[in-house]
Amino acid sequence: MSEKDTDQGKRQFLVAATTVAGGVAAGAAAVPFVASMLPSERAKAAGAPVEVDLSVLAPGERITVEWQGKPVWIVRRTKEMLDTIRGNDGNVADPQSKKKMQPAYATNEMRSIKDEYLVVVGICTHLGCSPVSKFAKQAEAFDPNWQGGFYCPCHGSLFDLAGRVYKNRPAPDNLVVPPHKYLSDTRIVIGEDSKGA
Amino acid sequence: MIKKMNKINSLIAALLLVPTLALAAGDHIKLDRAPINEEDHASLQRGARHFANYCLNCHSAAYMRYNRLQDIGLTEAQIRDNLVFTGVKVGELMRIAMDAKDAKNWFGATPPDLSVVARSRASADGSGADWLYTYLRGFYRDAERPTGWNNTVYANVGMPHALWELQGEQVLVERKVQGPGYMKTEMALKLDKPGQLTPAQYDEMVADLVNYMVFMAEPVRGNRKTIGMFVLMALGLLFVLVYALKKEYWKDVH
Amino acid sequence: MAATPKQPVQFTGAGPLNAPISGVLTWVDQRFPLMSLWRDHLSQYYAPKNFNFWYFFGGLAMLVLVIQIVTGIFLVMHYKPSAAEAFASVEYIMRDVPMGWFIRYMHSTGASAFFIVVYLHMFRGLMYGSYRQPRELIWIFGMLIYLCLMAEAFFGYLLPWGQMSFWGAQVIINLFDALPLIGPDLSTWIRGDFVISDATLNRFFAFHVIALPLVLLGLVAAHIMALHEVGSNNPDGVEIKKHKDEQGRPLDGIPFHPYYTVKDMVGVVVFLFLFFLVVFFAPEMGGYFLEFNNFIPADPLKTPPHIAPVWYFTPYYSILRAITEDFMLVLAIGVAAYAVLIQMTVRDKRIGMAAMVIALVVIVLMKGGPLAIEAKVWGVAMMGAATLIFFLLPWLDRSPVKSIRYKGPLSKAALTIFVIVFLVLGYYGTQTVTPAGTIISQIGTLIYFAFFLLMPWYSALDKTRPEPDRVTM
Repeated sequence: MSEKDTDQGKRQFLVAATTVAGGVAAGAAAVPFVASMLPSERAKAAGAPVEVDLSVLAPGERITVEWQGKPVWIVRRTKEMLDTIRGNDGNVADPQSKKKMQPAYATNEMRSIKDEYLVVVGICTHLGCSPVSKFAKQAEAFDPNWQGGFYCPCHGSLFDLAGRVYKNRPAPDNLVVPPHKYLSDTRIVIGEDSKGA
Repeated sequence: MIKKMNKINSLIAALLLVPTLALAAGDHIKLDRAPINEEDHASLQRGARHFANYCLNCHSAAYMRYNRLQDIGLTEAQIRDNLVFTGVKVGELMRIAMDAKDAKNWFGATPPDLSVVARSRASADGSGADWLYTYLRGFYRDAERPTGWNNTVYANVGMPHALWELQGEQVLVERKVQGPGYMKTEMALKLDKPGQLTPAQYDEMVADLVNYMVFMAEPVRGNRKTIGMFVLMALGLLFVLVYALKKEYWKDVH
Repeated sequence: MAATPKQPVQFTGAGPLNAPISGVLTWVDQRFPLMSLWRDHLSQYYAPKNFNFWYFFGGLAMLVLVIQIVTGIFLVMHYKPSAAEAFASVEYIMRDVPMGWFIRYMHSTGASAFFIVVYLHMFRGLMYGSYRQPRELIWIFGMLIYLCLMAEAFFGYLLPWGQMSFWGAQVIINLFDALPLIGPDLSTWIRGDFVISDATLNRFFAFHVIALPLVLLGLVAAHIMALHEVGSNNPDGVEIKKHKDEQGRPLDGIPFHPYYTVKDMVGVVVFLFLFFLVVFFAPEMGGYFLEFNNFIPADPLKTPPHIAPVWYFTPYYSILRAITEDFMLVLAIGVAAYAVLIQMTVRDKRIGMAAMVIALVVIVLMKGGPLAIEAKVWGVAMMGAATLIFFLLPWLDRSPVKSIRYKGPLSKAALTIFVIVFLVLGYYGTQTVTPAGTIISQIGTLIYFAFFLLMPWYSALDKTRPEPDRVTM
């Protein structure tokens, strides 16, 4: 019996086939474990879209709302503030917002749906600190020609009033514009846009 | 004065509870089989509506999220408009506003959370669905109970009959049962005052409600069986391979 | 038939890849005994070639251990060991965590699967005398694994914080109350409170996820090292090392790898099929794997009407409940009869005298009026003894042969009856107490202990057939 010649080809084929099938099975078995570390339904519910009433916001003011546990700033920009943005292209790293830090509908000069309202996630793109508002156009220690914007106290990154990052600062990117849409002139919802995302 | 009455009531309830519990431990209750179909989305949706209308005022289902009802074919908008009465977001849990302490004062016990009641009520006597189906159809008038209600499967239950306007009022009567060569009396339910629904309609409504509660106890149930089929089929294929491999190698030994 | 197998075919890489792979292997091997570990435990570990169905369960126990550890790690990421949050966090895992239900059902099914596999593995050992010389230490490590596993299951069962978790732990911890003198203080110390509470849950969590898994892994390593030191037993109970070829390889042995690795893979796939059949289609297993009452959050003020431990503890639970005040007389008579048996049959009369003295003391403690210890304590003692008595097996079995194949009718009948009694005790342990159930449990308890305690006599008296020289296929 044992003298029968072994069929090496068949053997190698079966080894290879079992290895592949076993590998696929192991990969499939890993999926639920990897998936279990994604945000849970609870986290998703806590990060659900937030509705904000803009009528309380006076011109030149900022409010902060929480969305997915992150601060989202809404700034009602005055005409003067918008003017500082227009004149600031030379100072910022990505004036045309070429990097995808905003949805398509906010890829424009003011990085917003309506010029009047800036909606950005208030987290510095450097290492995640939350910058402070320095809206007044006045000489500051960090910039004698300060046009107004945001200043990150952690590592000194600067952003203008469209959330665009200044050149030669630690932060690499403009502030993130979250998905949002207008329900009416004075109500917006953050975390959801018209595409239903 | 009211507080005193409550104390007396709960004392009576406690005294009454002792003998019946001993009885319940030994006695097996005959449960009716719940005619439910967990794949019938229309029934589940009706059940969800009944649950939100009749149960979710006193009982919470605090592990269940409203948006999970999308699994039984409802849209977020439908859930928000028809089922959420507390004004919370559809991603929230089915909690209730009633304070647990108040509830205890009113009912003698806090109405239990119902998220997994369809699983916890299963026993050797039948599934949790069977128990709920029999229980919700087993209320009868009992003047000796503080609520005026008693129940055939849950003796001296603290809960009043929440669906009595629909079912009507049943009473417990003695009935003679004629069998082959014997005659015995047993207790049976009889509809004394009809409600808004006919008995057949009421049974159907309770079946929908129970169907929903079974879904709510384990929303993943349908999904798990589907995934299970794929996993077992994959293992079947793998078996063919490993068996052939084993045969091939063991030619050396045999 | 019993010809030497040919040189095993090694799994080699594809041709062109061989050089770099062997280069890396050489580099590693000069710094770590990789190849010699591979050879000693797999490619040149010679296992008897006549392993049958019963030899799947050791490997499967390892597989279940891995499943429990991996699923356990992922459950810990979401579970909250706090009396206020534990129950809700389990439902959170079941509903809100992506695929959390799958991981949880694997873990809960895995607990029962572990015991099924281990019980079958132990039964294999009983059948083929795998505990006999020179494998006593393998058996002892194995029994320690079994005890450790029971503790692991017990601690883990409190974590879902349902009614059965709470009251099951309550009953078991109160067993320690029965111990003389230190009992009440000991059970308070175990709980860390006067009732089962948050403190108890937290320490049980620590034992379940850290302490016992570490011990378990160490014991499994010791179990396998001891096995690979002396070599595996087989269904014929003969030592394959007695007949070796000129290279020192056992003639009846085949390299574990590839022969038993490919064979065990078949066992693994079949096992996983059954395992996932439960996980996906019957995770509660009719209330035996997940008890219905455990879907009610723990309530310290209300005991559920029917408490039963999970199925794998029920044989011992039956023994615990069988020891009533009335039954103590039967037990005392049993002890006396056993001492007389030793006195009459053991040649060394000093042993006989010692047995008489010990028996007298035990009988006084059982039925000696004011000196007697109450039945509750004896129940706990008997339950403990029922698990510990397995340790003595290597020294109780005096049969000249190892395997049941060559043992006589007495041993065969004894093992069959023991298995039936174990199952019957297990069944009555799940049921509420009835007079008939108690009497059956009491008879079962007597037979359970008789199987072990009478083994030196019936195994020696039994008519055996001679063991073959070589294994049979």
